[in-house]
Amino acid sequence: MSDIAIKVEDLSKQYRLGVVGTGTLAHDLNRWWHRVRGNEDPYLKIGETNDRATKGSSEYVWALKDINFEVKQGEVLGIVGKNGAGKSTLLKLLSRVTSPTTGTIKAKGRIASLLEVGTGFHEELTGRENVFLNGAIMGMTKAEVRAKFDEIVAFSGTERYIDTPVKRYSSGMRVRLAFAVAAHLDPEILIVDEVLAVGDAEFQKKAIGKMQEVAKGGERTVLFVSHNMASMLNLCDNGLFMKDGQIYEQSTIKNIVDLYLKDNESLFSTSCLKDRIDRKGNQLVTYTEVKFLDENYTPVTTLLNGHKVIIELSFMRKKTLETLKKVHFSIGVNDSMDNRILLLSTDLTQQTFSSLPPEVNKVYIEVPKLQLREGAYSFTLNMRVMGETVDWVPNAGSFNVVNGDFFCTGASLPEGQGYFLVDHSFTIH
Amino acid sequence: MKEKEEDWTLVIKPKSSLFDLELKEVWRYRDLLLLFVRRDFVTFYKQTVLGPTWFFLQPVLTTIIFTFVFGRVANLSTDGIPHVVFYLSGIVLWNYFAECINKTSNIFISNANIFGKVYFPRLIMPLSVVVSNMMKFGVQFLLFIGVWIFYMVQGADIQPNAYALLFPFLLFLMAGIGLGLGMIISSMTTKYRDLTFLITFGVQLAMYASPVIYPLSTLEGKLRWVILANPMSAIIETFRYGFFGEGTFHWAYLGYSTLFCFIVMYFGTLIFNRVQRTFMDTV
Repeated sequence: MSDIAIKVEDLSKQYRLGVVGTGTLAHDLNRWWHRVRGNEDPYLKIGETNDRATKGSSEYVWALKDINFEVKQGEVLGIVGKNGAGKSTLLKLLSRVTSPTTGTIKAKGRIASLLEVGTGFHEELTGRENVFLNGAIMGMTKAEVRAKFDEIVAFSGTERYIDTPVKRYSSGMRVRLAFAVAAHLDPEILIVDEVLAVGDAEFQKKAIGKMQEVAKGGERTVLFVSHNMASMLNLCDNGLFMKDGQIYEQSTIKNIVDLYLKDNESLFSTSCLKDRIDRKGNQLVTYTEVKFLDENYTPVTTLLNGHKVIIELSFMRKKTLETLKKVHFSIGVNDSMDNRILLLSTDLTQQTFSSLPPEVNKVYIEVPKLQLREGAYSFTLNMRVMGETVDWVPNAGSFNVVNGDFFCTGASLPEGQGYFLVDHSFTIH
Repeated sequence: MKEKEEDWTLVIKPKSSLFDLELKEVWRYRDLLLLFVRRDFVTFYKQTVLGPTWFFLQPVLTTIIFTFVFGRVANLSTDGIPHVVFYLSGIVLWNYFAECINKTSNIFISNANIFGKVYFPRLIMPLSVVVSNMMKFGVQFLLFIGVWIFYMVQGADIQPNAYALLFPFLLFLMAGIGLGLGMIISSMTTKYRDLTFLITFGVQLAMYASPVIYPLSTLEGKLRWVILANPMSAIIETFRYGFFGEGTFHWAYLGYSTLFCFIVMYFGTLIFNRVQRTFMDTV
């Protein structure tokens, strides 16, 4: 039992929704009155699970509810879940930014978090002074920072500017320096929240390398939160899948990622494109439906690779009788790891429609031979009129590709041997 | 079988004991305190032309105005102490106290972005305010000493005595009261913002209910207790008694201030620790 680094028991966190205002005082007094008489807090009994989409009847909501888990010493635990599943709340509780409503967290060793880098940087202070200040905020002593100072500066690559006030730094340099300080913390338990996407490509590589070094070192316990499944698989041993403030599953990272992706899929296919509100653009024209058709123009739900696919995009004008000028369409396809792998665009085919009369409200994209390997894909839609974005919907939907005998040989691409199928043949001359 | 108590180094619970002031943690983070003080001091005069001169300018100008308005125009008594040193002593002391309250009272709101991201003992923040203001006070105090010596050389009627040695204790009391009250107020402002409006204004008013611009000896009768209720009154009077040999000094008055100081410090820390655990949810 002694090798457990973090033990979380019945952890819950309740939040009150809506505006904190006049009602607060009344509730506070009521709460206090109950406590004086030795009763339980009346507001702890109510509250619902945290499902963002449905409107609940109660003002109180459980961002986390009865969480129990343990993390072993040296384990790298990946935490996945949709936005609002409670990941950030959990990390906040672990890093002691706020206190739990009920339950306890027990830990062995210092906890440091990389929730946000560069906290407490002061514009007027020099890089050197900020390194010390930031280090101290994160819990290092002056002597510890001094011992690592050269390493930190070298890692950040800002030697030349180290005695210049931070306000003269470019934003990239600032982030580099901040990350460098954070990365050289030496806590027994480290909490990392998607901070890897900082700086330019070169620095990102360095940062990920450093994280790997930390994670694979085996000594340190790391809790890692990210939406990037590829880096999850790469860095973590085990995973925790959170859903609506509760732990849905705890297992090996491979299982968790699979589960998470499957869960996401159902999300894509059930959400109706027309009603999506998380879209960008001026919305003068909006996408309403996406259909996949086979070569006979009959709608299909699963696509066969090696076969002809037609994508039908339906859209709707705000002003029904408008003739659209210079219309551009594009659809970007992501794989299950959320890597963009394909772009179908009128920019590429040089087919921007100079004019679309009011009666046209569908456009078809023809793919003569689908070259994707089997698997689940999601897509993002984009439309521009006269050069201006009118509609952009991320993760607008998903589709599945199954083996359609691409090579007409009955053979299929082995797992892990590539993402695309390309026609080819071998000859000798 | 019940699992054996393990040696957890950190246990996070919803509510901590009332008497757990987490002072050990504060001590572990002492380097941070010093760095905050340094930051405040260095950034105060960065990119200003006059630099640290600003520390002097404000008390000097206020003293000139007070000497003119209260000394010349209103002709208030100063117990025979030269007007300039009389007002300067009051202003320098009061300024320190007022700055401590004003700065600590919005600590949660002005530091919400740092507090929301990393943990360190929150108590460090108000402590750093009190200490960095002490630097500023030190500079202003030197100014006072200079003027004081000047008047003594000039042969003014000033008889310093052994009570001047109480000065470090007085400083501690001022810091303590400022810190304690500031922490209580800052804890309440996280939920009820109304208080922020009240505080700067209230501290200003409280100055008139203290012996900054008139000696306690000029007040007899009913109003006297109002002034005595102000814990700063005894501090300022004791200070003047020690440095000038004039004024009202009474151990009971100073005892009241001391008691007041310890009570607000204790409750301030208590409430502050209570609030800092969850204030991120309400701020």
